[in-house]
Amino acid sequence: MKTKTNENDPQIAQDVSTLQTVGNVFSDNAKMSMRNVNVFYDDKQAIHDVSLDIGKNEVVAMIGPSGCGKSTFLRCMNRMNDTIDSCRIEGDFRLEKDDIYHPKQDVVALRARVGIVFQKPNPFPKSIYDNVAYGPKVHGLASSKTDLDEIVEVSLRKAGLWAEVKDRLTAPGTGLSGGQQQRLCIARTIAVGPEVILMDEPCSALDPIATAKIEELMAELSQNFTIAIVTHSMQQAARVSQRTAYFHMGKLIEVNDTKRVFTNPEHELTEAYITGRFG
Amino acid sequence: MNTSMLLILALLLMAMAFTLGRKRSIAVAGGSQGIRNLNSLPGYYGTLSALWCGIPSILILVVWVLFDDYIIQQVIIQELPSSTQALSESELGLLLNTVSNMAINDTSTLSAEPYIIAAAERLNGLQHISQMALTVVFICVAMGLSLFSWMRVSPDLKARVKVENVFKIALLMCASIAVFTTAGIVFSVIFESIKFFQSVPFFDFIFGLQWSPQMAIREGQIGGSGAFGSVPLFAGTMLISAIAMIIAVPAGLMAAIYLSEYASPKVRTFVKPALEVLAGVPTVVYGFFAALTVAPYLRETGSMFGLSVSSESALAAGLVMGVMIIPFVSSLSDDVINAVPQSLRDGSFGLGATHSETIKQVIIPAALPGIVGGILLAVSRAIGETMIVVMAAGLAANLTANPMESVTTVTVQIVTLLVGDQEFNSPKTLSAFALGLMLFVITLILNSVALMVVKKYREQYE
Repeated sequence: MKTKTNENDPQIAQDVSTLQTVGNVFSDNAKMSMRNVNVFYDDKQAIHDVSLDIGKNEVVAMIGPSGCGKSTFLRCMNRMNDTIDSCRIEGDFRLEKDDIYHPKQDVVALRARVGIVFQKPNPFPKSIYDNVAYGPKVHGLASSKTDLDEIVEVSLRKAGLWAEVKDRLTAPGTGLSGGQQQRLCIARTIAVGPEVILMDEPCSALDPIATAKIEELMAELSQNFTIAIVTHSMQQAARVSQRTAYFHMGKLIEVNDTKRVFTNPEHELTEAYITGRFG
Repeated sequence: MNTSMLLILALLLMAMAFTLGRKRSIAVAGGSQGIRNLNSLPGYYGTLSALWCGIPSILILVVWVLFDDYIIQQVIIQELPSSTQALSESELGLLLNTVSNMAINDTSTLSAEPYIIAAAERLNGLQHISQMALTVVFICVAMGLSLFSWMRVSPDLKARVKVENVFKIALLMCASIAVFTTAGIVFSVIFESIKFFQSVPFFDFIFGLQWSPQMAIREGQIGGSGAFGSVPLFAGTMLISAIAMIIAVPAGLMAAIYLSEYASPKVRTFVKPALEVLAGVPTVVYGFFAALTVAPYLRETGSMFGLSVSSESALAAGLVMGVMIIPFVSSLSDDVINAVPQSLRDGSFGLGATHSETIKQVIIPAALPGIVGGILLAVSRAIGETMIVVMAAGLAANLTANPMESVTTVTVQIVTLLVGDQEFNSPKTLSAFALGLMLFVITLILNSVALMVVKKYREQYE
């Protein structure tokens, strides 16, 4: 996918710094709300003044060309960018009433509430069972072995992987196929009992069948969890999400109901992107 | 002409062959316009000619120089009077020495038996003839083969392929030097060990609990029973290595974790070279550090607690050796920890694990095979280490597990057995080779296990 916009197109080459977000960034029943977010890597600004709500039990898709800042934004939502020294974050992030970036906020507790699934499946080089049991053990969620067994089974069931792995829970997680590994990573995230699940292009390393399974899974998960997903596939965004946010060069251009975004986009840049004129 | 002159001549001839071959190829191609018709660039034809000129002639030179002395010697021996033919090998050698000394000096000024003078003159004559013949053969071969390759230059000659092949073979030969050297060392040690095992039974050596290699040289001499049980030596080696590893593994591993996980780039650029300086300290310096600083300190500290620590304790040698190995363990572990993919760290952090939980439960288990491989390499280093133990460990072959007592190691014994004037065929000196062989086998096994472990680890992520 190209990262640069088409400089010859006068509509697209315009200065983005003056752009205002169109559509509706607010949600009546917001689980997470971000206000006036700016993110810098050293001196380079990656996110410009973005505000966005994610409603409870809602699936919000973030789309946009590569380098538009959607992954950076997602990773800020559970402070994964803390590990990057050069990253500086301004703005207000709230999980319900709690300030995510409050100095007293415990990042461990935050990540237990806001889980994340990465682009490339990254199971630990441990058994399938231990992969799922890792989070509950770290957070002390299980008081006994039976408890832990139950958490592992429930999580694997929710991730739609139980039937495939129940006879080989002691086999290494890295021995599963790519799609199974990604569902294992989802099970691992669910096992901690998060309220929000962030997904950073969870299907980009998978084949279409594995992708279909995970999309199906997302629909089920949205009954219990709030999901924010970054994706490069517009079809995927259209299939799984209720609302879609379009990012462009570090700005949030448009947020609307997914149906509206893909049929009747409000902003010309969104239209240009979804009709394939660039990106 | 002498050998070095011939070598210089060879270089000149090769330069000439190169120029001629190159020119010839351009001429054959029909001027600089026709170079496209050639199979290879003109330089390759030149190089091929130069190689034809140089390699066979220099090979002849080398072989000649290696063998001409021997052949001339044989001729001289044949021509000596029949009375000398019956001499023993060493006496004959002495005689030949006299002859060659005579030959180098002026024969007329010295008085000697007439047959020796005759032999010396004969030697001079033969050497002269040999040198002349070599020069002629050398020049003929070099020129002849240059001419041969010059005539062969044609647009179809695959000069490039041939030159590439020659270089490939040259590189292969360089690479095989290490292999042949290893094989040579192994065989020399094996043969001497076999001699040793002819006088001392193999199992007495392997399982014997008594080490006292002093043998009586003449009958009735007191002072040596000649017991060759290697168990105390290996026990001492293991004790000192174990102490060293107890120091080096935790310290090295923790240092590696700190450097790769916690240290800021600034600290890292300062600490890492500092650790590597530790690896660069000569072991002899560690040796006197152990003997002069650590050992007395340990003895005094021990006496404060009412313990009697030997002034050549296993503890002192082991502690210092441990410090020496720290950079070894830390730099190998650092490499494998850095090789753990960032995605695993992200995965663990994303589940809400803390940094230390991530290290303990994800990074170390993932890097463990590599770390184990590194530790095994360090162990074989510790077992083979010589200088520190020669200076800081004792000579008495005590079979003990008490680190405060003096023990000796295999390497120390090898050094003491071979240092000084020794009769070379006694079991005492030969036992050094048997010990060396055992040591070699042990470190070889450790190294191969370590390499296998490291290799298996690599396959996990690639």
